[in-house]
Amino acid sequence: MIASRRKYKLHNSQAVVAEQFDDRTQQHEAASLGMWIFLATEVMFFGALFTGYTIYRNLYTTAFEAGSHLLNAKIGALNTAVLIGSSLTMALAVHAAQTGMRKRLMTFLVSTMVLGGVFLYIKFAIEWVHDYRDGMVPGLHFTYSGPQASHVAMFFCFYFIMTGVHALHMIIGEGVMTVLLIMAWRGRFSKESHNHIEMFGLYWHFIDIIWIFLFPLLYLLGAHY
Amino acid sequence: MYFVVFFSLLTLTLLTWQIAYIDLGRWNMVVALIISITKTVLVAAFFMHLRWSASMVRLVVFAAVFWLAIMLTLTLGDIFTRNMVSQPQPWQASSVVSQPTTAGSPQR
Repeated sequence: MIASRRKYKLHNSQAVVAEQFDDRTQQHEAASLGMWIFLATEVMFFGALFTGYTIYRNLYTTAFEAGSHLLNAKIGALNTAVLIGSSLTMALAVHAAQTGMRKRLMTFLVSTMVLGGVFLYIKFAIEWVHDYRDGMVPGLHFTYSGPQASHVAMFFCFYFIMTGVHALHMIIGEGVMTVLLIMAWRGRFSKESHNHIEMFGLYWHFIDIIWIFLFPLLYLLGAHY
Repeated sequence: MYFVVFFSLLTLTLLTWQIAYIDLGRWNMVVALIISITKTVLVAAFFMHLRWSASMVRLVVFAAVFWLAIMLTLTLGDIFTRNMVSQPQPWQASSVVSQPTTAGSPQR
């Protein structure tokens, strides 16, 4: 480790407390409040999808269970575990930032990125490819011909839109993490100044929470069928 | 502490996954959602530090859940009670009741 890298360069533009705040506590609370308000809008965004899902699942219960039965619950459970693991490494990254451990912070950021990448790989390269081959993509390749096929197609529309939007959030998260990693490498974070990492942590855990609901609603609905 | 939360989350995932293969009728979804909510509380309280957050932040979280509850109750309350009037009441013109009962659902 080069000693100079350990020093946190602080010139005016990246001072610990921005001009408009009295102290670090106030700055931290303002950042948290802003992030949580953003997450509240995200709750409404995903909430609308969940509401729509609930309505149609109740109208076409059997078709939705049949559709869910075609999904691989084992892969879904594996992906849940991977995402929970990435949440753990993210929490540890925040902790490392709070205690000013630059190297640990970078290690945990990289592990979070890798776990997020594993999730996306399983999702796109394994699951979606299989879904396409098995003819479960409405509009592109849909071969389900059982009873209520159009309602099963609707389940898959919900499946692809909900997991797709969730994956999009993760891809954005991976991009932000790349920036944060470069900033950490340049020594932009310290014990006193790490709000970026903390706020991103909130975003990442929120994505985890969305998946915690998507997993039973999409994958487990038809498991006993 | 983070590891305790992590292993609890993994255990709950395993639990919800295995319970899903047992046919409990309509209770499958209830159990799955209870487990999901438990996991959410764990993530929010510990990973997202809500346990130690300022009350202002907690208020925003409460508001988010509250708005979601409004959206769910009012929307579902509307959709699932549309079938309840089966007979035309004396004060209703018969055309009112003979309209599609689940408007909004495509009749395919």
